Amino acid sequence: MTAEPALQTPEEKVSYLAAGHSVRSWLLTTDHKRIAILYLISITGFFFIAGIAAALIRLDLLTPQGDLLTNEGYDRAFTLHGIVMVWFFLIPSIPNTFGNFLIPLMIGAKDVAFPRLNLLSWYIYVLGGLFTVYVLIVGGVDTGWTFYTPLSTMFANGHVIAVAIAVFIVGFSSILTGLNFIVTIHKLRAPGMTWGRLPLFIWSHYATSLILVLATPVLAVTLVLLASERLFHLGIFDPALGGDPLLFQHLFWFYSHPAVYIMILPAMGVISELVSAAAHKRVFGYWFIACASLAIAAVGFLVWGHHMFVAGQSIYASAIFSFLSLVVAVPSAIKVYNWTATLYKGDIRIDPPLLFAMAFIGLFTIGGLTGLMLALLAIDVHVHDTYFVVAHFHYIMVGGAVSAFFGALHFWWPKITGRMYSLIWGRISAGLIFFGFNLTFFPQFILGYLGMPRRYHVYPPQFQTLNVLSSAGASLLAAAYVLPFFYLVYALRNGAPAGPNPWNAAGLEWTTPSPPPKHNFETTPEVDRPAYDYPLAKRSADG
Amino acid sequence: MAEHVTLTEPYVEPRQQRQADFMGMYVFLGTETMLFGGIFALVFAYRTLHPDAVAEAARHMRLWIATANTALLLTSSLFVALAVHAARRGGRRAVAGWLGLAIAFGAAFLALKGVEYWKDYTEGLMPLIGPHASVRDGPAALFIDLYFVATGLHAIHMTVGLTLLGTIATLVGGRRKGVPSQAVVVEMGGLYWHFVDVVWVFIYPLFYLARG
Ligand code: HEM
Ligand SMILES: [Cu+2]
Repeated sequence: MTAEPALQTPEEKVSYLAAGHSVRSWLLTTDHKRIAILYLISITGFFFIAGIAAALIRLDLLTPQGDLLTNEGYDRAFTLHGIVMVWFFLIPSIPNTFGNFLIPLMIGAKDVAFPRLNLLSWYIYVLGGLFTVYVLIVGGVDTGWTFYTPLSTMFANGHVIAVAIAVFIVGFSSILTGLNFIVTIHKLRAPGMTWGRLPLFIWSHYATSLILVLATPVLAVTLVLLASERLFHLGIFDPALGGDPLLFQHLFWFYSHPAVYIMILPAMGVISELVSAAAHKRVFGYWFIACASLAIAAVGFLVWGHHMFVAGQSIYASAIFSFLSLVVAVPSAIKVYNWTATLYKGDIRIDPPLLFAMAFIGLFTIGGLTGLMLALLAIDVHVHDTYFVVAHFHYIMVGGAVSAFFGALHFWWPKITGRMYSLIWGRISAGLIFFGFNLTFFPQFILGYLGMPRRYHVYPPQFQTLNVLSSAGASLLAAAYVLPFFYLVYALRNGAPAGPNPWNAAGLEWTTPSPPPKHNFETTPEVDRPAYDYPLAKRSADG
Repeated sequence: MAEHVTLTEPYVEPRQQRQADFMGMYVFLGTETMLFGGIFALVFAYRTLHPDAVAEAARHMRLWIATANTALLLTSSLFVALAVHAARRGGRRAVAGWLGLAIAFGAAFLALKGVEYWKDYTEGLMPLIGPHASVRDGPAALFIDLYFVATGLHAIHMTVGLTLLGTIATLVGGRRKGVPSQAVVVEMGGLYWHFVDVVWVFIYPLFYLARG
């Protein structure tokens, strides 16, 4: 291979990728597409770091004695895993990479509303992330990602304050991104791009952005209170100082339950695109899915108490939270039905994006249904703080959100880079991820139901078989996650040029060359048809 | 020519850019509202749980200082509104003048607030440092601590706001931002200042007035 830059096709030579090759041209860019790539790279890095912590956890759990890590070391490992995965991978994953790249393209804009804030948000994210990882590795925090008081304020050693500050700071990155998306979607739609013609990806990012700007500040103020208690002995949460430990849980979950929807709503947006593109059919029930996103965002703010059923909140509060938690599952279920109905009688192509979407639908459904079980008061008393809960949220966050992330990567990779990757390898890795995932996490449902508590690395010997299965699945899953890295990067140089619309999909982003030019479109597009206007062939025949 | 507005990247027309600027600021203020909203919700909840202790603690707050401060802050908001008005009509020096007045009143607010904290300290309301008042022994302590968090956070916002207004006054006064073409800068700074003012309008009744 020569030192010739990889940009060879005519499209590539005038694309955003050709707009400068220096490091500076990347680090000071305000182009939303380049910022998306900066995010993609840094997010992958954090995914890898948190993944190593997960590997340590699963290795330690191979044996009942817990002989790999010390107690302290184990606590630190799962804390690092949780904090980095939640705030530095999952929350920014789809919105900040694909949202950033695609929102202006999908609505026919040149960029997001505030390009410089967009870059600022990346810097805040990266600096906050590096600081967190540094503190977590050097100082070590053992509270878990939830920072529960009084553990975090009275007993935890390590650098709780430093990490709280870092998470606080990275929150501003979320807020800036959410703000940018809201204004972009309101003010920068191309002529003719009415609300009813927006792709569902946009609707779900709109709902996500609302949560980002409304929930993140509550986390910020919670962390401020936490830090003032530790630093100035203000008695907010610590009963010895006159505080109330439950307040922390209320505040924390008031943010963190909506935050789980920050992680899943963008993924749902991706699935709507992937499913309709694979079936070459208009999404079934467009308005149902669009409104379901908003409903999830709204009702998601009212269910936080389901994390506190056994924490001593009143039974009346618990009953109401239980009911609302069942309600919030309805819009999610609507979406699952609508995706399935979209596939019905579709002109389906079994390409990697569809396989990832199918993985999402199956795993998300299991995660959602077990969420319903957890929302029932009696069952929750039995399985609270066990591996059942761990399996529940991993089915949604990893099986759902991460599969959607990979689906998005496989669907839009040709658009982002201009090159096609090996579809065969894509199918293989989708299959491996699905299989490896189930092998890892299904045993944890059983473990939890049998009573294995979360966050301990010493366990009774009769749980070993299931734990070994789970660890075996984890190693398979790890390999499956690394696999795409090879063929996608290989495709950068050696993949066939993708052309503007390799999947024959509808959507403005497929009307511009791949990779897109710096300003996205040669001329500002005029939109005169609804989203998902299939079949495309008929459309061009009609002129 | 003065009507020309400087257009920046993704925008195609001035009206669109102006609307986007405003909307961005409003969304940002929405976030800020949630930041303070968390604390206010705690105060409400706590008041419901321990009405007597909270009322007693509120009686230790210095109502006259807070009232004076309310007057100062509302007046400074008036000056900011006048500055915005002047900016729209192109009165460069008037902008700097009104903003200067607003900054003076804001600084006076912070000075009074400092006096109040000093009195809190000598009376023993502060945690960790200084003497220890008996009111801090019961459930009132949480209310008092929330008072420190809320007013402290507000004071930080005040400081940011004063810096912002100072910068804008310098930029406009020194012709580095022209009015009315870039009046939006004054309008944005003004919105932020009004917001800080509104937060205080909630702090005042919540911590000082409701002492019954
Ligand atoms: C279908 C709607 C859902 C319902 C009814 C539901 C219900 C629940 C309940 C009741 C718990 C508490 C269990 C316990 O601690 O005893 C829980 C935990 C959890 N759920 Fe869900 N859930 C739903 C969707 C989701 C989604 C979409 C995500 C993430 C994207 C998610 C992530 C989590 C996490 C992270 C926890 C555990 C937090 C922790 O303690 O560390 N859930 N869920
Ligand atoms: Cu929840």
